Amino acid sequence: MIVHFEPASEEGIASIVRSAAAERVTLAIVGGGTRSGLGNPVRTDRTLSTRRLSGIVSYNPAEMTMSALSGTPLAEVEAALRANGQMLSFEPVDHRPIFATSGEPTIGGVFAANVSGPRRYVSGAARDSLLGVRFVNGAGDVIKAGGRVMKNVTGLDLVKLMAGSYGTLGILTEVTFKVLPLPPTAATVVVSGLNDAEAAAAMAETMALPVEASGAAHLPESVRGRFLDGTLPEGAATVLRLEGLAESVDIRAEKLTAALSRFGPVARLDAAATGALWAEIRDVKPYADGTRRPLWRVSVAPSAGHQLVAALRLQTGVDAFYDWQGGLVWLRMEADAEAALVRRYVGALGGGHASLVRAGDDVRASVPAFEPQAPAVAQLTERIRVRFDPSRIFNPGRMAIGA
Amino acid sequence: MPETIGFLKPKQAVLDRRQEIVADLKDLLPKGCLISEERELKPFETDAFLAYRRLPLAVALPETTEQVAAVLKYCSRYGIPVVPRGAGTSLSGGAIPQEDAVVIGLSKMSRILDIDLFNRTATVQAGVTNLNISEAVSGDGFFYAPDPSSQLACTIGGNIGMNSGGAHCLKYGVTTNNLLGVKMVLFDGTVIEVGGKALDAAGYDLLGLVCGSEGQLGIVTEATVRLIAKPEGARPVLFGFASSEAAGACVADVIGAGIIPVAIEFMDKPAIEICEAFAHAGYPLDVEALLIVEVEGSEAEMDTMLQSIIEVARHHGVTTIRECQSALEAALIWKGRKSAFGATGRIADYICMDGTVPLSQLSHVLRKTGEIVAGYGLRVANVFHAGDGNMHPLILYNINDPEDAASAEAAGNDILKLCVDAGGCLTGEHGVGIEKRELMLHQYSRADLDQQMAARAAFDPEWLLNPSKVFPLEGRPAA
Repeated sequence: MIVHFEPASEEGIASIVRSAAAERVTLAIVGGGTRSGLGNPVRTDRTLSTRRLSGIVSYNPAEMTMSALSGTPLAEVEAALRANGQMLSFEPVDHRPIFATSGEPTIGGVFAANVSGPRRYVSGAARDSLLGVRFVNGAGDVIKAGGRVMKNVTGLDLVKLMAGSYGTLGILTEVTFKVLPLPPTAATVVVSGLNDAEAAAAMAETMALPVEASGAAHLPESVRGRFLDGTLPEGAATVLRLEGLAESVDIRAEKLTAALSRFGPVARLDAAATGALWAEIRDVKPYADGTRRPLWRVSVAPSAGHQLVAALRLQTGVDAFYDWQGGLVWLRMEADAEAALVRRYVGALGGGHASLVRAGDDVRASVPAFEPQAPAVAQLTERIRVRFDPSRIFNPGRMAIGA
Repeated sequence: MPETIGFLKPKQAVLDRRQEIVADLKDLLPKGCLISEERELKPFETDAFLAYRRLPLAVALPETTEQVAAVLKYCSRYGIPVVPRGAGTSLSGGAIPQEDAVVIGLSKMSRILDIDLFNRTATVQAGVTNLNISEAVSGDGFFYAPDPSSQLACTIGGNIGMNSGGAHCLKYGVTTNNLLGVKMVLFDGTVIEVGGKALDAAGYDLLGLVCGSEGQLGIVTEATVRLIAKPEGARPVLFGFASSEAAGACVADVIGAGIIPVAIEFMDKPAIEICEAFAHAGYPLDVEALLIVEVEGSEAEMDTMLQSIIEVARHHGVTTIRECQSALEAALIWKGRKSAFGATGRIADYICMDGTVPLSQLSHVLRKTGEIVAGYGLRVANVFHAGDGNMHPLILYNINDPEDAASAEAAGNDILKLCVDAGGCLTGEHGVGIEKRELMLHQYSRADLDQQMAARAAFDPEWLLNPSKVFPLEGRPAA
């Protein structure tokens, strides 16, 4: 990746954008470049990196908020939080293993792509933790939105809009986000030998109990061996994570074990194994296989996930595992991406969206990475886009999702 | 009283066509769904921000999304402003109409459409009340988390409009964190769906943008919300302190210690007296400030968390700790807190501020708030969501005394500026409405507001939806 602009200040970015807008020079916006495979491929005149816009601006652990310049390495943010017993609650995925990329993910990239991991389905996505942003819009104006307090309904929530907009609305220069205390300990309850449908029922039952599971994933037999170096018990593993004070985790683990033992044999993992397992689930370990075989990230209602996989299996070669109580399906295709088939079944099963995360260049060139939208929504999206980037110079085509 | 907050000047062309508009809207709606008689329009002229009133041109009470779409299509065609309305409980004037506007009230759309316990979602029409959702799933062990004090009356559509919070948001988040999808009608009658039972819809986060947009981006007719399993038990505990500053500092230290209870509510002495006289909740009357801290979980979990909180409170010289002994006592403690505004209304008129500040600023802002209000010769009662810094000073005044009313508004403005200057914001959960509109430039630059208005215009290019709200009347783009 050739980087043409690496400004070290917000004003530097604004001035580059102003001249780019005047001359209609298109810009690819990158942070660490570790997730540039997300979204449609973009071809631009120039590349602008936020990497030199780096550093934690303010961090007050007692208020559970941090502000950082967008190019700050995620590792630096997480190290500072860990030193104070805190964390990002949404567990951002590290995309380097599945894309085989190197480099340092940035905090701006995490929010620009709304990157969220296993805890998302109970604690919210990256967008739920984001409290405030500063960004440069397509006219080169510096805009701030939101703030640094937990509750804020002052004006339109442009903060949410910026999260997950993949650099198509503006260039994030600073982000302010909420953090949470690290749970003192954690455990994972493992139910073994369930088929996908039984696992969905066990996970739904878990979420109906007052045990506050903060992770609910199902690892079918085809992938089970690739987690924790093959040390999970025999058979498909349905895994439920509990976090909190030690006594509380014990009490809840016992309660959950009692409730789930009718589904199958139940085992328990300690805090260390729990930490390792959920990091592997988060980073999609089974499919970080050095290949570019098509990989889908599908979000559906939890009850629909296993039905989708069962339906696809009758038609094509797929491998899959589930997070988010069964509603997040990581689908690795054996050969063809089967975009039409995947999206048709998602629609038929009550709706949701299938994002093509990884595929060969020819496939990425022809398959829209994001779920196509209804025409009225696509038009609205385009109207919003030009209100932020009138010359359409930022990451053109990255999110193109029109019907 | 003299009005210091302005409205947009009514469009004469719309007023002149009033009879025709009423007749046309009657044709679009079932019998009994259009109100146009002055006497019947009266109940719609204001909301819970009582000092301002405007009689609307007509009130439409559609029964279906299609009828909402038909009315919006008609209004956009003729340039008629539209003001959406849920239960009319807005504290910032978000539902106050204007003379040339058609109010679209969602009260007839009050059906629960789908309860899906497997996926933990409820899909409801916009006119369903907040509490109805929790009541519908309570027997199965679930609840809907955001709990504004007005939850008995306020609707989910209104909650989405204002991104409402409540006491229990400290742990569970506000409306935007619990909303999964909406069906909404755009200004020209186009119906769109955003989100649903699947998390994180593709494309821009329209759901996040719509939530809290105060009815300016479209009219939400259906919503899908997240349900949560009820905790095994919950216990509110009262902590009394000899000063507001001590209580405020205790809140900051509890959170700073990594303890996040479900709720931490604050009351100062005037608020304690008002609420105790109304609810007989057993609040201690010999303290200057009170925290209601709610913990939840199993008995053992609650005990553990309470012990940690008690330790912190002791550092701040807590003078009274009272654990409730029964579910009835717990209910009374919350009744007293949730009735605070109503109970205050029995003894005086009041305006309620809603600024949020960083926790480290809580004590400072509380003290300055007292000084500001005293400086105007008025009284204040503080009752608010301390755990997330969301303050609610109630400024007591006499609505029939013009001087008093002007002082109250001025004091309110000073307090909100104080909140912004302390690193906070104008409104944490009540919305900008008309009330805080002209203060927006204290929090945002002109460029910031221009960008927000540009986003707004992508949805409503002619500024027909709730147009007198949120953005200062000066400096708007020409429609």
